[in-house]
Amino acid sequence: MLPEFDLLMPHTLPEALDVLAQGGPDVAPLAGGTALLVDMRGGHLRPRTLMDVSHLPASSEPFGKVECRQEDGYVAVGGGVTIAELVDSPLVARYGPVLGQAARRFANPLVRNRATLGGNLAYASPAADTAPPLLVLGAEVELASLAGTRRVALEDFLLGVHQTARRPDELLTAVRWPVPPPQAVGAYRKLALRQATAISVVSVAVMVEFDAEASPPRSGGSGDRSASPPRSGGSGDGSPRVTNARIALGAVAPRPVRAHAAEEALRGQPLTLEAIAEAARLAVEATCCIDDLRGSAAYRQRVTEVLVRRALTDVATFPPSRKLGSFREGNS
Amino acid sequence: MQPKIVTLYVNGHTHQVALAPNVTLLQALRDLGYTDVKNGCEKGDCGACAVLLNGQPVNSCLVLAWQAERADIVTDAGLGTIDHPHPLQEAFADAGAVQCGYCTPGFIIAAKALLDRVPHPTEEQIREALSGNLCRCTGYGQIVEAVQMAAERMEGAGEQGSRGAGGGR
Repeated sequence: MLPEFDLLMPHTLPEALDVLAQGGPDVAPLAGGTALLVDMRGGHLRPRTLMDVSHLPASSEPFGKVECRQEDGYVAVGGGVTIAELVDSPLVARYGPVLGQAARRFANPLVRNRATLGGNLAYASPAADTAPPLLVLGAEVELASLAGTRRVALEDFLLGVHQTARRPDELLTAVRWPVPPPQAVGAYRKLALRQATAISVVSVAVMVEFDAEASPPRSGGSGDRSASPPRSGGSGDGSPRVTNARIALGAVAPRPVRAHAAEEALRGQPLTLEAIAEAARLAVEATCCIDDLRGSAAYRQRVTEVLVRRALTDVATFPPSRKLGSFREGNS
Repeated sequence: MQPKIVTLYVNGHTHQVALAPNVTLLQALRDLGYTDVKNGCEKGDCGACAVLLNGQPVNSCLVLAWQAERADIVTDAGLGTIDHPHPLQEAFADAGAVQCGYCTPGFIIAAKALLDRVPHPTEEQIREALSGNLCRCTGYGQIVEAVQMAAERMEGAGEQGSRGAGGGR
């Protein structure tokens, strides 16, 4: 049985923002309800008033849409877009496949039909599955209020367990990220206690850009490097070098975090077995303190190293001909 | 917390009921007599309460009845009757995919949504589509067989019950 609450059902985005402006901290936006209603039933949260945003029409720009704004080079996904829609979106598959991969591992198909991207981020679980891929894509969130819309980098938006930079009068209306450069390759890995309906024990997203010179985009499918393992040893053999690497970790700290030391260690290096192993070791430094029934802190640190190594290996062995919008799948 | 009159379209029937905002679609459906929709975990973990909401399978325990107003709702009982069962319902019986039966309506709803999208799913697609439904009698093998059996029979019968263009994820 759910506790008692009032339920407001605005029909347009401006109406919803008006409700938030008046109700402030007493009003909790309700989208898919897959987290909020469960917490309310468990007695963990007791908002006096809920405001349903699942009814806002898809035409409420930008709330209900996935779009690529070619003119400014960004992909924008509305906060009301469901996780199932992310799985099916050709734009996400092309310009943010690492997010699509995380969406496929998100909870289960029934939950994915209701849970929204905006809800997953605004709820700010340390294990939010969409956060690590969006961190490596360099995403920012759009927060709308009657005062206007502001953009906040996702890193600055996620502050702690269920804590964000959202003001009570704001609604998370969209998430956007720059279209990745052609030489970028992403990968996502998640370990959970089972394959479906499972909260991450550790999740890892990586995005690596290489110098275009050493690895020209190929048009054909003749990439013979595709099956070869990452090279051991050396540099100076013409291997593509990492110009930029982003590594993000979920469920290992009060909020999803970037592994900056590991990222720095990769810069300027070819993605060799040694470089990958070193980056994986360094990534553990970004973990801290989650120690719960899904896994001890020590176990999470070990798993973090393994998953970062696997994700970077996915990147290193990815066929160059499929670089743009590319990703590797892995079960854990 | 004022109740309001909510219009629900369930299995082709129209209902107008006064409901408080904290009533879930699951509770509303069961109170209306759609007791084929089962209350399992109330957390979105088990899928026993699955219904089609505008064609998509969802956990009705995580939808407020007000949110489902004027949506097209289909429960397992809306797919067929004892005399004219849906091919999925028949196949679940024939394949021995039912033990205690509590999870069955939810599985059939999830399977129906799959076959609407993908008329000829692989075993992997079936297991993925049913991964939000739990069976604690350990009957997954027969459940997968039942979905395959239904898909074959529906093809033989001219794809009855199958809408949409198909195509997998």
